[in-house]
Amino acid sequence: MRRRLPEWFVLLLPAFIVIAAVVLIPLIFSLYSSFTPYKLTRPSTLWRWVGTYNYQKILTDANFWAAFGRTVLFLTIVLNVELLLGLGIALMVNRVTWGQRTLRTILMFPMMFSPILVGFQFKFIFNDNVGLVNNVLQSLGITDMALPWLVDGRLAMFSIVFAEVWMSTSVFAILILAGLFAMPRDPLEAAEVDGCTPWQTFRHITLPFLMPFIYIAMTIRSLDVARAYDIVQIMTGGGPARRTELLWTLMSRTGYVDARMGLANAMGYVSIILSILFTIYFFRKLSAARAEIGLEG
Amino acid sequence: MTEVSLRNVIKRYGTQQAVHGIDLEIENGEFVVLVGPSGCGKSTTLRMIAGLEAISDGEVSIGGRVVNDLPPRERNISMVFQNYALYPHMTVRENLGFSLTIAKRPEDEIVRAVDEAAGILGLDELMDRKPAALSGGQRQRVAMGRAIVRHPDVFLFDEPLSNLDAKLRSQMRVEIKKLHQKVDSTIIYVTHDQVEAMTLADRIVLMRDGRIEQVGTPLQLFEQPVNIFVAGFIGSPPMNQLAGTVEGDAISLGEVYVPIPSSVRGQLSNGQKVIFGFRADNLTPVGHGLREKGETTQLDLRVHLTEPLGTETLLFATLAGAEIQGKMLNPRPVAPGEDLTFNLMLDRCHVFDAATGNAIGRT
Repeated sequence: MRRRLPEWFVLLLPAFIVIAAVVLIPLIFSLYSSFTPYKLTRPSTLWRWVGTYNYQKILTDANFWAAFGRTVLFLTIVLNVELLLGLGIALMVNRVTWGQRTLRTILMFPMMFSPILVGFQFKFIFNDNVGLVNNVLQSLGITDMALPWLVDGRLAMFSIVFAEVWMSTSVFAILILAGLFAMPRDPLEAAEVDGCTPWQTFRHITLPFLMPFIYIAMTIRSLDVARAYDIVQIMTGGGPARRTELLWTLMSRTGYVDARMGLANAMGYVSIILSILFTIYFFRKLSAARAEIGLEG
Repeated sequence: MTEVSLRNVIKRYGTQQAVHGIDLEIENGEFVVLVGPSGCGKSTTLRMIAGLEAISDGEVSIGGRVVNDLPPRERNISMVFQNYALYPHMTVRENLGFSLTIAKRPEDEIVRAVDEAAGILGLDELMDRKPAALSGGQRQRVAMGRAIVRHPDVFLFDEPLSNLDAKLRSQMRVEIKKLHQKVDSTIIYVTHDQVEAMTLADRIVLMRDGRIEQVGTPLQLFEQPVNIFVAGFIGSPPMNQLAGTVEGDAISLGEVYVPIPSSVRGQLSNGQKVIFGFRADNLTPVGHGLREKGETTQLDLRVHLTEPLGTETLLFATLAGAEIQGKMLNPRPVAPGEDLTFNLMLDRCHVFDAATGNAIGRT
């Protein structure tokens, strides 16, 4: 008699197959290819093993580390600006008593657009000749020059941050607003009676309660921003002359333009460390903040 | 000296009026309980005194100072909330000391005040725990401790015991009373539980629908209710109330006649519709009452249900079509359906005008 496979194995098999096909095999393949000089234009290179050559090359590549540093900087600025703006917006919307539902919906509009379109929009807005910003500045007589918003390194970085913040501040606003809705009113009133000024109430009561929500938003957004690609690609393409190069624009250029897929995959594995570190950091903070307000870690 | 006075205090929500002009003078050191059914405006009134609710009209003053437009922090009051309202992210010690920390008092003073309050309420063991790790009764004590620490002019309690189980509630009641004897501050206490009101108050303010029905000591409200509502609200079991008509020198309750009590004789007119009220304590089987003498009348009633409580037994009977309750002291077993002769103490009975609900013979 033919031996039958155990039932649990048969039942799990479809899931195994799907996960293997969609996640596991590509992952192993990309990891393997990062140890080869794989070029898309010369498929045979896939079978040449070069060991850690790609990784060594990355470690000494100034362009890679510049992009790495720029991504960390970008991440830091974007997260902090979004936190501050989102917190402010959430606190204000929370005070609105009439039309709050509508306002909340409007708040989410920027998230509904494709990042590509947002990129094109801001590319136009910041264009130095026909762009909205320069037009306004010149009409108001603030400057008579055409400011190179997307060409100058600093200004271009600012423009990209601006677009990113415009699109995603509502993630913070919505999550913090959810926190404000969940917040019990009694401790706020108790603080008021205990002698707190509105600022002290916010600082000592509201903010500790909101911290878990803030860290959830931070975790989501850090993963999001660490893989920032579309807006940057559209607005500046990482240029001019790599002045706005982030990890993912560098990787896509290396992989698809230069066709050096092995090297690009190695870069991917190094830069994933960044995401993992941020996630671990924010999850730690999240647990601590939850424990702080008496929730289970 | 901190007296609290309310003059014609009104609360409106839009066009709805929730509190219709409350006048109340509370003396320094007095324990006043605002009591009434839910929605009677007692909590709203308390929150207006606290400053958590705007005063639509009228005037609230604390210690002779009009506080209408002052925020809570400038009123020097403390409040204990129904849901404790502890700060979840602070330890018991931090909770207790928070108001002083905010006021930037010196560290040693804070420690002293916190330790003192913890001592009064027996919280010493719990100082480094967070509220989530405390039981309901412990949280309630922390909430009270937080109120004590500030040495406020006035304590405000907003149904502080309603989230506790019955046993804990009676314990905390005693603690609150002890606390009042110790700190000697003015206390305004809101509850819907008439037992709490009776046991704690120097004076009870009984409210209904945003108005004060009666103000007085617990015994005044118990013995001389000004209307049917007060009579029904204060006392457990509630006062028996029977509809009747004055006929000569008796009140007809359907087929049963009771003599008009001497206290209201001459104040009733023939044919007047009245409500005749008496408490279970004053309807006792012969030989099982507090006293047999005085102005009494006898009624023969069939008992159809009993509730033994140990030192006394509640007897349920039907009189003139309504269910009434009597009380048997030094109880013996009573079988349902047994016929007993009851003494009704007429001098303890109440007669209310059926049209207005107001008590007759009392002003």
